[in-house]
Amino acid sequence: MPPLLFYLLAAITLGFGLMVVTARNPVTSALSLASCFVGLAALFVSLDAYFIGTIQILVYAGAVMVLFLFIIMLLDIKAEEGKQPNLAAIVSGIAVAVLLVTQIMTVVGHTKLAEKTPLNVPLALMDAANQAKGAAKLPTIANDLKAGELPDAKLIGFTLFDQYGFHIQVVGLLLLVGTVGVVVLSKREKTPGGAA
Amino acid sequence: MITLGHYLIVSGMLFALGLAGVIARRNILIIYMCLEMMLSAANLALVGFSRFHLSGGLPDYTAQSLVFFTITVAAAEVAVGLAIIVALFRTRQSVDTEVITKLQG
Repeated sequence: MPPLLFYLLAAITLGFGLMVVTARNPVTSALSLASCFVGLAALFVSLDAYFIGTIQILVYAGAVMVLFLFIIMLLDIKAEEGKQPNLAAIVSGIAVAVLLVTQIMTVVGHTKLAEKTPLNVPLALMDAANQAKGAAKLPTIANDLKAGELPDAKLIGFTLFDQYGFHIQVVGLLLLVGTVGVVVLSKREKTPGGAA
Repeated sequence: MITLGHYLIVSGMLFALGLAGVIARRNILIIYMCLEMMLSAANLALVGFSRFHLSGGLPDYTAQSLVFFTITVAAAEVAVGLAIIVALFRTRQSVDTEVITKLQG
């Protein structure tokens, strides 16, 4: 990927991320967050993670942000604007953020691992197909690899259902519990005389 | 040339932005959005490590499976969290964290 494109995408992600934090109006924040997630999905795609990029857009920029916008609309919280911000909290927030970034930059600057570029570690699709280990044993994945394509949705699916079958079921249960929990939480409390 | 370090720094900066937002803002909805941003920033680091740690010529899909689980859990968390915020707003008529101090003792 050309460096310019990376810097553009990083600028979109971080710029809209900054707008989420600084905007006074919650609707501006929510829309900036959606744009931030789109930039982030593009960064995922630039890392050859097409499937993750797609679900980032579908789940975050689509479902989650629509939910946020619905709630903002529902609560009608315009009245919260125009209050004086808490100066101590802002100063400590900026201080913690600067400290964290400094620390990460120091660590990244001192480790050899971080100097890997995509050219140093190129994807070897043919090798993977020829080795025929693990996922590449499946004909559909092997054929894609031989055709020079990265079947990453298939590979993630293979990893998930080959190694993490139990975890998938736990996550399914979690989503069920979450759904039931939301229904219980949003039910209006009945009057003491009514059925509990 | 773009290295793994570039991605890690972008991820760290996005996480720091989210953290600053959680500390500095008082609107509970915006705090929640910043939490989502921090989760996504961690995902970026995971996908970066996945791409640069090849196993048999392919990216390490264990990390991307973890990202898949993170996104699923985050989606469930948003649904439950927003339901709690709506319930909170119903009783307090506010989303300001300085008004909601019942647990402060």
